[in-house]
Amino acid sequence: MIDFKNLHKKFGKLVVLNGLDLNIKEGGIFAILGPNGSGKTTLIKCLLGMVIPNEGTITYKNKSVLRKWDYRNDLNYLPQIANFPPNLTVLELIEMVKNLRPKQSNEQDLIKLFGLTDSLHKKLGNLSGGTKQKVNIVLTFMFDSNLIILDEPTNGLDPIALIHLKELILKEKAKGKTILITTHIMSFVDEMADEIVFILDGKIYFKGSVDALKTQTKNDNLEHAIANLIAKQYA
Amino acid sequence: MLKILKYSFYDLMRSRWSYVYFLFYLLLGFVLLFLNNDVNKAVITLMNIIIVLTPLIGTIFGVMYYYNSKEFTELLLAQPINRKKIFMGQYLGISISLTLSLVLGLGIPFVLYGLFKSAAIFNFGLLLVVGSFLNFIFVALSYNIALSTENKIKGFGYAILMWLFLAVIYDGVFLISLVMFDEYPLDKFSLIATMFNPIDLSRILILLKLDISALLGYTGAVFRKFFGTNLGMVLSMSILILWVIIPVTRINFKLKNKDF
Repeated sequence: MIDFKNLHKKFGKLVVLNGLDLNIKEGGIFAILGPNGSGKTTLIKCLLGMVIPNEGTITYKNKSVLRKWDYRNDLNYLPQIANFPPNLTVLELIEMVKNLRPKQSNEQDLIKLFGLTDSLHKKLGNLSGGTKQKVNIVLTFMFDSNLIILDEPTNGLDPIALIHLKELILKEKAKGKTILITTHIMSFVDEMADEIVFILDGKIYFKGSVDALKTQTKNDNLEHAIANLIAKQYA
Repeated sequence: MLKILKYSFYDLMRSRWSYVYFLFYLLLGFVLLFLNNDVNKAVITLMNIIIVLTPLIGTIFGVMYYYNSKEFTELLLAQPINRKKIFMGQYLGISISLTLSLVLGLGIPFVLYGLFKSAAIFNFGLLLVVGSFLNFIFVALSYNIALSTENKIKGFGYAILMWLFLAVIYDGVFLISLVMFDEYPLDKFSLIATMFNPIDLSRILILLKLDISALLGYTGAVFRKFFGTNLGMVLSMSILILWVIIPVTRINFKLKNKDF
């Protein structure tokens, strides 16, 4: 469904993506992993059209996405840092995003699920970090799209919200959606991911199932298996 | 674009600073009218304040809004909207809300004082038009600086420097060059030099209208002789419009290849 070909991106002298090729087929949960600064977020932002690659092509459903914007109606994105306009209320923000996307939305269920009913009329500037992240999740999941991109979704969530988030992700997966997740929490990956994409030095270093990674690195524990991959960079 | 504009505008209209700015102008209007007891004189005093203050506030608001709403802009960028529309919406939202603070803050005291019965209504109107232009120009300039500078502190510094340069240093350099080269014909030089600074241009525009261009000394005399009041007015207005269009065009150009 998504095809990255020969993707290059430099920020000044810093090479972040160095001829990356990646194909992601429809359906399932893909965990994008890699050490800090390996280019995970840059890769996602290229797909979203926020970062413009120096070279290479990205296609979504066989159509190029570079410098286009209408394809974004078919994807939901959860940004890493949730920082909203402080003077809007939660409800106004939700209405605004709904207003921007001509699409059916089911925010009511999500608001109830994450217990945000009492916060709806509060200004976003007065919310705690975790509550902001919940609002962020509601904004992401309230639309029905084929592709869902989550950048560090577990940030600041309490255990109950985390359980709800996992259920939500599994529910979307059951509907045949494609879900891309970046995270540093390995237990989350172990539990959720169907496939792991490991990025190192701006290239795909490993792509395959969790079990395949464990066999390849001869390590039963995913955390150690990943550490094993990263250690090669430090060596 | 209108949707983004609407929300940026609401967001700003509800911020404390918009009220402070509005109340400042309200107070200024009342105090000036009370002290001067004369609408015409109040307009001249106001001009001196507006010409320095609106660019400063426009610059600060522009830079602040850009950096503060960065993460939110990223959220918008992931929505199915054209980049250009997001930034133009924000730009217009800031400019219009600042202009509204200016127009309402000064308008209310002047209307209460009996502006509509006074002959100064056109001069006052012109003052507000020029103030609004300065808002649009300096928000656009500061957005340009913010877009080109990743570092918040540096961006803020450059923006303030730009204001300082156009509001103070430019005039100083201009004056020194007039004194240094006073043996040469300087009419054309001073005319052109004025065009390159929106603050100077606004000042001349108002002074021409107020018929007190003698106060301006050299440049004013040249301006009057050269253009006559009406042509000078049209020309200065068109250049002010250019001062809006050029930075806005550069914002759009810069956006095409910008990474967020």
